[in-house]
Amino acid sequence: MSASRERLDALRRALGEVEPRAAAGDADGVVLDVREPDEVEQGSPTGAVRVPKSFLELRVEEVLPDRARPVYVLCAGGVRSLFATESLRALGYERAVSVAGGFARWKADGLPFEVPRVLDASARARYGRQVILPEVGEAGQLRLAESRVVLVGAGGLGSPAALYLAAAGVGELVIVDDDLVDRSNLQRQVLHADARVGRPKAESARETLAALNPSVRVDARVERLGLDNVESILAGADAVLDGTDNFATRYLVNDACVRLGVPNVHGAIFRFEGQVSVFDPARERGVAPCYRCLYPEPPPPELAPSCAEAGVLGVLPGVIGCLQATEAIKLLLGVGEPLVGRLLHYDALKQRFKELSFAADPACTHCAPGAAPELEFVDAAACSLGAGA
Amino acid sequence: MTSATLHLPTPLRAFCDGHDTITLEGATVGELLRALEREHPLMAGRILDDAGQVRRFVNVFVDGENARAKGGVDAGVADGAELTIVPAVAGGAPRADERRA
Repeated sequence: MSASRERLDALRRALGEVEPRAAAGDADGVVLDVREPDEVEQGSPTGAVRVPKSFLELRVEEVLPDRARPVYVLCAGGVRSLFATESLRALGYERAVSVAGGFARWKADGLPFEVPRVLDASARARYGRQVILPEVGEAGQLRLAESRVVLVGAGGLGSPAALYLAAAGVGELVIVDDDLVDRSNLQRQVLHADARVGRPKAESARETLAALNPSVRVDARVERLGLDNVESILAGADAVLDGTDNFATRYLVNDACVRLGVPNVHGAIFRFEGQVSVFDPARERGVAPCYRCLYPEPPPPELAPSCAEAGVLGVLPGVIGCLQATEAIKLLLGVGEPLVGRLLHYDALKQRFKELSFAADPACTHCAPGAAPELEFVDAAACSLGAGA
Repeated sequence: MTSATLHLPTPLRAFCDGHDTITLEGATVGELLRALEREHPLMAGRILDDAGQVRRFVNVFVDGENARAKGGVDAGVADGAELTIVPAVAGGAPRADERRA
């Protein structure tokens, strides 16, 4: 008898085995499928927890925190599951037991199985470094792939944000921008390229993002957001990323997001300073603020400068747009603490971040409980207050 | 006498001789902002409106908390507090077509 056969027999005697039907019938237990992803994608016991044997010791405590629970360890034919069971016992899972005959017997016995949604080999290779994070995992990556983010503006803020959202595997990006690429944009709008000067930014963005990650669907909308199209474009989004350059569009985006119940990831920049926040009143009406809770009105024209005097350090929107992308990804995954009711203020010259807190305005015309105004166009000056007067 | 340090945003620095921080005396947000106007008359009307209230596109944060929900100009300020003034900012640089216009 070969050494490996002897060892298997010894393990079987020491650890015991359970018939598939007994494992399936134990409502208190859990089936742990330790096969590799390419095997699992062909089918796996319904409701099983899936951790490949190669990662078992590293991940099992995250997915099975209760070591007293019966764990029915399953592989393809009942061999690898014996070794896995031995490891689990060593980790303190005293009620771990191998399922005799593995998934082949499970199916032959007519027990229930499902074809789980799993990442294909290409996605596993591409996103491996973030899938390995417990906060993301395979389920989180699949969630990103099913998500739709609308980026309003493919400029300084939208450029880095779109690149990182596409790289992270967000399934659909809608890019709304009616502007054309100008050479003066290229100092900060890193989605575009010198050879694309004069072409629509939304189309240039699609080209760059498709080259970065062909699996992302990019819907390039060469149009300006207005009362007539804002709700149809934003509807169904899991998050909106506001990277616009004017107050009128910011209020329009806010108001439409409030009406649709979509979180609005806000970013704005001026010279060396930036602001980031998440406006998501649908999270808790009357508690989570909207843009109008923070800024009920835009500045009047006499207190706003001409835009040409504003200027911006090229890398600043890179910092702010990346923070927006971070918040958007957190929202999509449902992890961490979003910047709700908090304004993150960044001063690039001093290299300093400040966290400023603000509450929902109980008298907010748009997000206070019971408020439901029609969309209106806010006529506003373009840039900010003060500098050009 | 209570004093506090005001952190001024970039767009307003041109009206206070380029200062980014100014330490002034005052026990409320309103007292401090009026002291700012007295010291730098070009600031008049830029943060406070004609009625003496903080303009609705400006926020004053006292030690990181928005003063608007704490009485606005009447919000009390502890000695040594930090006031951060943050105006609404529209966004990036001008669109090419607007700049040419």
